[in-house]
This record gives sequence, structure tokens and C-alpha cells, in this order.
Amino acid sequence: MNIAPAVSPATLLQRPPDLQVIGLTKQFGHFVALDQVSLHLKPGTFHALLGENGAGKSTLVKCVMGFHAPTSGEILIDSQPVPIHSPRDAHHYGIGMVYQHFTSVPAMTVAENLVLSRYDSPNLISWKQEMESLRSFMDSAPFQVPLELPIAQLAAGQKQKLEILKQLYLQSRILILDEPTSVLTPNEADEVLGLLREQVTAGGLSVLMISHKFREVTAFVDEVTVLRKGQFAGHGLVKDLTISDMAEMMMGERRDPTSVNKVVHHSPTPILEVINLHANKDNGVEAFTDVNLTVYSGEIVGIAGISGNGQRELVEVLAGQRDPSAGQVVINGSPYRATRSEMYQHQVYALPEEPLRNACVPHMTVAENMALRSFDRPPQSNGFLLVLRAIREMSLGLIQQFSVKTPSPETPVGYLSGGNVQRTVLARELSSDQIKLLIAANPCFGLDFAAVDFIHTQIVEARNRGVAILLVSEDLDELLKLSDRIIVISAGQFVYESPTATADFATIGRSMAGH
Amino acid sequence: MAAETTALGWWGVLLAIVAGTMRGGTPFLFVSLGECLTEKSGKINLGLEGTLLTGAMTAYAISYLTGSPWLGVLMAGLAGLMLGAIHGWLSQQPRVNDVAVGIAMIVFGSGIAFFLGKPFIQPSAPQLPTINLSNAAMPPALQAALQISPLFLLGLGIAPLMSWFFRSTRWGLYIRAVGDSPDAARAMGVSIFKVRLLSVMIGSFLAGIGGASLSLYYPGVWTERISSGQGLMAVALVIFAGWKPVQCLWASLLFGGAQALGPALQSVGIQEGYYLFNAAPYILTLLIMILTCSPKRTLSGVPGALGTDN
Repeated sequence: MNIAPAVSPATLLQRPPDLQVIGLTKQFGHFVALDQVSLHLKPGTFHALLGENGAGKSTLVKCVMGFHAPTSGEILIDSQPVPIHSPRDAHHYGIGMVYQHFTSVPAMTVAENLVLSRYDSPNLISWKQEMESLRSFMDSAPFQVPLELPIAQLAAGQKQKLEILKQLYLQSRILILDEPTSVLTPNEADEVLGLLREQVTAGGLSVLMISHKFREVTAFVDEVTVLRKGQFAGHGLVKDLTISDMAEMMMGERRDPTSVNKVVHHSPTPILEVINLHANKDNGVEAFTDVNLTVYSGEIVGIAGISGNGQRELVEVLAGQRDPSAGQVVINGSPYRATRSEMYQHQVYALPEEPLRNACVPHMTVAENMALRSFDRPPQSNGFLLVLRAIREMSLGLIQQFSVKTPSPETPVGYLSGGNVQRTVLARELSSDQIKLLIAANPCFGLDFAAVDFIHTQIVEARNRGVAILLVSEDLDELLKLSDRIIVISAGQFVYESPTATADFATIGRSMAGH
Repeated sequence: MAAETTALGWWGVLLAIVAGTMRGGTPFLFVSLGECLTEKSGKINLGLEGTLLTGAMTAYAISYLTGSPWLGVLMAGLAGLMLGAIHGWLSQQPRVNDVAVGIAMIVFGSGIAFFLGKPFIQPSAPQLPTINLSNAAMPPALQAALQISPLFLLGLGIAPLMSWFFRSTRWGLYIRAVGDSPDAARAMGVSIFKVRLLSVMIGSFLAGIGGASLSLYYPGVWTERISSGQGLMAVALVIFAGWKPVQCLWASLLFGGAQALGPALQSVGIQEGYYLFNAAPYILTLLIMILTCSPKRTLSGVPGALGTDN
């Protein structure tokens, strides 16, 4: 077929197939990731798959997509059992998936990516013809993305739209979305989900969405299926369920997050001052420009923004991982260049994102990783040799205090789960008594409820002790909960600032989108 | 009178460089196009240095044994293909690093070329015919410069063809996708292993032909020192060319020209600094590395997955 499929009204009215998963079990070695899970996606419905991290949601959809072969169980399309061995087979039955990570090739244009995604793309591509059919497809699509731009130049929201468009272009009738809104502003998320909702209501599409945002579930979804620890934990129509019902199904028990008790500090002193700071991205393009910021003792300053707007580079500059191109960082009144002696002198600590990559040596043990800040000073060092006993004792204390689940202090930190790696780093960075400044970036990304709650409590406790905290996060709820002051970064500049108590949610959303 | 000779002499230097550019640039062109194809798929093949030597030896030996230089060229390509298959397979095994495999392949490729090539150092093999664009009325220097190798013309054609292949064929898009974002390619159901294996093999085929141009065209002999590091310089050249095939062509001509500088100056009697001028390609490589590499920024055009473990 040389002519690209276009979504015409006729094909839109074509009924999506009925998808049933019956008694699906998936074992990885001895580990049971999914145990007898069933799910029914009725044609023309918007279905959400809920569950905590590690509940088996991704494993389930990957079995449906043919990435994993199920150990037992069946997948039925229109009540017929079908073998799905690859995403190509899934596509044959009209199932397409939008992944959490973008699956477009960054160096290629939108048009090239769309043509490439087709399973029946021709060996020789006639660009003139392809561009014509792509333009007519774009005209009839629910949202538009410029065809000639390389993916690397698209904003995160546009990339996510492209991923969905790709599936529409492939004429998928069942769309599986894996946390599709994690990179979108609240407004963009509403726009994308709203347009998909319209297509579902029109009867041309079924959607199965993995999500943990109750706001989106209640606003757009018809039915939910809940998984807990690899097992089926509940099912129901959204209109019959309350948010706390769904949360209870997910967590197994009612657990309210620990409330935040903040101490009021009098006479705060400025700890971190950032003056006219500029820095470049890896490709030499400016990441952020002319940033000015002051963080006082006993205060959490939250920086909100969609990823890729310069916040990662800002954290890297403050943590000493990147050189600024202009400007100055001042800590406790003296210039700061993030050398090891300055970090110690000013008691600056950091919780970077992706801690296993940015703050740990994966092959070194938990104890050694916990000592990375202090191994070169007494009591852990006598000036020339390390005092291994002191390192071990310190780590045993921290493991207990921060409830790090590790077989022993001698286990390589890379073997631990994400939550326990983050606890290890948190233990190291908060262990000093004199800590003055903490820089945290997405500290709870990908962690489960209990770990998130623990880390939030630790951060607020540090604040109450008088630590100045700069918290950079993509999770707006986290920022609104923890921070005293909120700043929005967009396209490398601070575009909004307000005390959190008086911050306007709608304005924050608009500023994040760069309006 | 003296001034006149000098003027003619400098004219000769220019001609010699132009001729040398085409002669010396041909192996660079084939190896760099091969490396470009390989790196576009996300793998590095340092072993092309060994492939070049094996190609040169195979071409010379086959040409000597059968009397057909063109059969030699084909066999040189096939010998490269075999070495490429080894590299492509080995470098994709778990926990295997492609740079380490590449270094092993340099040693293996040159070792096998020296071992099998020993009996062919002395005899003289039939050379590839050249296309003569000059006529008898021209000065001899000009005549020599206008002897153009069909291999050079072939390379001249392959560069834009490869560029078109990357842009307008499904396989070209697959290779770019695999090299830039293996995850995306995997999600499209493309076999990363196959695409990389084939890219490395075809890249090595081209490098083998580059070897044939060394032993059957210029300098047109088989010795163990014939490649003088050109296979490794091609890696620098691909970086310089920004992973674009047509730019590889210009870069190859630049390197070929730099290589011709020493002999050209020698031909007009400038002896001082002969070895210094002969080192021009190596100095150029160093300069390019210094100019293009910076700790603060990544290169533009680099395939995203190049040199990573996935």
C-alpha cells in the first residue's frame, strides 16, 4: 500500500475490537509479576489501569502488546483467542501503544518518523507523495504537529501528541497509553485526554490508560481495573467509585499521607544566592539565562516546570556537575564553585534525579556509597588510611535510621530497588548535623506511596531544622505540598513566583506552558 | 630563467597535489563511507584498519593469481565482508565493547594480511586500468594527473547514493533509527542486531575495496606498511564530516591532498621537512580532533546511540 492511511470519518466509525485478558500469569524466573489477572476492555470505552509501582501494570500491557510471552492465560479479540508474539501482531489486531518514554527518533523529522512507524512502509520512499498524504492526515487529525521539524526540536507536549498521532496514523483502534500525561502541563494533559475522549465517545476508539492521577481518571475515564502486587485488586465504573475507594484498592489498606507540619522560622538568613546565572546545554544551546534566586534558611523553594526547560542544567550547575557560562553562585555570602572543600565548608548537599546514575557508584557497596561524603575526614579516615570499621558502623546506623532495605551494608547499591537507592542517598545527604543547604531534584520520581511519604517527611523535617532547600520537581502536587515559595521555570527563565499559600494553580499551569 | 622554472615548478606542485588528492583520497573515501554507514547504525568499527590491509592483500593476491584486477577488487570487498561479520557479531554480544573488539580486529585483520600476504610482496600483480583524460600534447605532469581511477569515480558515485539511501529508503531510515534511538527502533519491531550486523558488514565491504585501491591503484604495491593508519584516520574523518556521506567525500579529498603534500614538494626538489610534510594527514587528524571535541558540548549530527551499550 503506497498511500498512507488517513483517518476519514468512515474509518473512525469503524468499531474498535473487544479486548479480553483472561487469567494472565507472567513469571520472570521465580518472580511472579502477574498472577491470574483478567481485564475486559469493551469497545468504545476509556479504561484506566491503576496500581502502585511494581503492581504489574506495565507487564500486563507488554503481554498484550507481545513484548512478553505470558506464562499462562489468554488474550481474546472479539472473543477469539489470538496469539500475540510481537508488537507487529498486536498492530494486526488494531492494538497500538503509546509508551512512557518517547519512541520517536530524535534526529529525524516528524514526517520521517511517521513514515518509519508504518509496518508496510515502501522500500523506496517518494517524499512528494508521502508529504501529500501526511498533510491530509494531519488536517483530519485531532491535533497537529509540524511535519518538517526534527523531533529533537519539539517540546515535550508536542512529542507526546506525536506519539498518539502515530497510533492514529497506524489506524490503531485500541490505544494503550502508559502514563501519557507525566510530561505534560495540566492544561496540555486535559487537551490531549479530552480530544481522545471525544474520539472514544464517537465510537471509533477504545483507550486503555495506565495512570496514577485520580484527577484524570475521574474526569475522562469510564471504567477502572486495579492491580496490586501483580494481582487483580478490583474493577468498577468510575461513576460508582470515589477516589478513596480507588486508593484503597491500590494500596490494600487506607493510608493517608502524613500531613506536613511546618515550623515558622523567624529571622531567616539567605543561604543560597544565585546571581545572573547562565548555562548551556550539552549541545551548546543556552539552557537557562539570567536566573536570579535566593533561598533562605528554613525555607523550601519549589521550582516547577516541564522537563527540558533548563531545570536539570540548573541543578547540575549548583551540584558542580556543569560549569556556568556566566553569573555567580553565592553561598553564605561567599562565592561558591562546588569544589569538595567548599561543599564541606558550606555544608551543601544534593539529591539529584536518577540517584543511581548521578549520586551513587552502583558497583560499590551501600556502606561505601553512604561514606562518599565523609570518608576523607575523621573518624572515617585517619588522614592516610580509611577506618573501615567506622564506615561500617556509620552505615549500620543510617540503614536503621532511614529504614534502607538491604541484605547487608556490603551489598552493591546497584542491587537495591529504586526506593532503597533513594533512601541510601537521602541518608548520606541528610546525615550531617550542620547541613545548611539541600538541593533536591525529582526526589520521588518512580517511587511508591510509602517511599514518597518517607522522603517528603524527611525533607520537611530538614526544613524545620533550619535547612535551606531548593526542590526542583515535575510533580506539581509535590511542590504545592512541600514548598513555601514556588517558582515556575519555562524556556530557561523564571516566569512566575509566588508564596505557595497564595499561588494560583491556573496561573502556574499557564506559566509552565510558556504563556 | 630561474624565476620561470620556479613558476613552472610551483604549477607542478599544484598539479601533483590535485592528482595526489584523487589518488590518495580514494582509500580514505571508501573507508570513511564504510565507517559512516557503520556509525550511522550506532556501532564503531576501529577494525577497518585491519580490513583495509586484508583488502589490499586479497586484491593484490587475487589479481596476481588470476590476472584479473577487478576480480581482486570484488574479493577484497568480500574479505572485508567476512571481517565485518566477525566484528558485527562479536561487538553485539552482551558485555562486549565495540572499541575493544575493534582493536582486536585491527590486530587480527593485519595479522592475517601479513601471514597470507608474505608470498605476494615480491611478484608484480596486474594493476587496475585507469581512465586517461589527457592527450599527448599536454605536459607529462598534467598527463599523470589526469589518469583517473575508476575506483575513484565509483566512490564519487557512492557518496551521494548513500546520502539518498539514508533519506529516501526504508532501510536507510531503519539504520538511522537504530543508530539514533535503539528503543524507538525496537518499538517499531526492527531487529537491531540484524540492522547493525548488515551495516557493519557492508561498511567493511567498502573498506575492503578501499584496500584494493591501495594495492591495485596507488601506490599499487603490496607491502605491510601500505595502509599507514588510514583506517583509523577514517574514524576522525567521519567525525569531521558530521556523519554525512557527501561531506565524507570532501573530507577524504582534504586528507588525500594532505597526504600528497610531501611527495609533491619533493618532486620539485624541496627536501627540507620531507618527513614533516608526510606527517600532514596525522597532524590534520589531531587538529580536527582538537577543533571538534569539547568537554562542554556534544557534537551535532552524532548518532544518539553511538558507543553506548544498548
